[in-house]
Amino acid sequence: MSVADFAFYVFAVTTLAGGLFTVVSRNPVHSVLWLILAFISAAGLFILLGAEFVAMLLVIVYVGAVAVLFLFVVMMLDVDFAELKGEMVQYMPLGLLIGVIILLELGMAIGVWQFADLAPELRQAVAPDPQEVQNTAALGRLIYDDYILLFQLAGLVLLVAMIGAIVLTLRHRPYIKRQDVLAQMYRDPAKALELKDVKPGQGL
Amino acid sequence: MEELLREYLPIVIFLGIATALGVVLILAAVVLAVRNPDPEKLSAYECGFNAFDDARMKFDARFYLVAILFIIFDLEIAFLFPWAVAFKDVGPVGFWSMMVFLAVLTVGFAYEWKKGALEWD
Repeated sequence: MSVADFAFYVFAVTTLAGGLFTVVSRNPVHSVLWLILAFISAAGLFILLGAEFVAMLLVIVYVGAVAVLFLFVVMMLDVDFAELKGEMVQYMPLGLLIGVIILLELGMAIGVWQFADLAPELRQAVAPDPQEVQNTAALGRLIYDDYILLFQLAGLVLLVAMIGAIVLTLRHRPYIKRQDVLAQMYRDPAKALELKDVKPGQGL
Repeated sequence: MEELLREYLPIVIFLGIATALGVVLILAAVVLAVRNPDPEKLSAYECGFNAFDDARMKFDARFYLVAILFIIFDLEIAFLFPWAVAFKDVGPVGFWSMMVFLAVLTVGFAYEWKKGALEWD
């Protein structure tokens, strides 16, 4: 068994264990931490495949950003564990049914899986030899030129996500006094201050 | 393939040292530290009172907004990276497709700025 094989088994077992504990751990915050472990070991698996860029993307985007988002969502949920356990029994049959259906579908899909005759050659045609060119550069040559439509659609999806998040969650609070930095900077002391000569015994 | 993996040897060594250090510190705490468990040591403490309510509470949805905007710009950078690495090879079409991509996201950025989504009241 070579070092690469050994590393593969370590990462694969860690990924599976991380996924399993994500599901079974009682505390949802712990679930997110196990999920991060699963993401990191999946990144290790990608490196073993030679897909360095995807691995780094997994670490930066999923561990760095998506896991934080999950933590926010978990904390926003305000979960009551006792209530949750009571409801879990209620929804267990439905959940099991859906799980079994998905398992059957996966089994049927993988059972009849066949590679097209052209598939290996097609894959070879797209990807340059990994010895010659780094895969980040190889991706860069492909995405922006050959797959320009998908690239622009990805940009539009990001735009929709941005606008959607703002429209859904942004609530303006008119009763709050905001700081207006420019107004503060342009404030003139001569106009802001007024001296009045008040005679003794008289008010203003 | 082997060569590529050899480049990751420093990272593997680093991970090994980090794991070993973590395990050593935890084991040292188990072996050396004085143990005197008491439920009061684990109970919540609020200036001498018992805790009024649970630490788990509803977060403001604006945290979520900040996080999701961060993810979107994170992905934008992820797209910029291979473009920058392969900049000499992408040609004019690749260059201008990235400019259009950035322009689309700049529209979103301007919208978000004008809406005040970047302000925290």
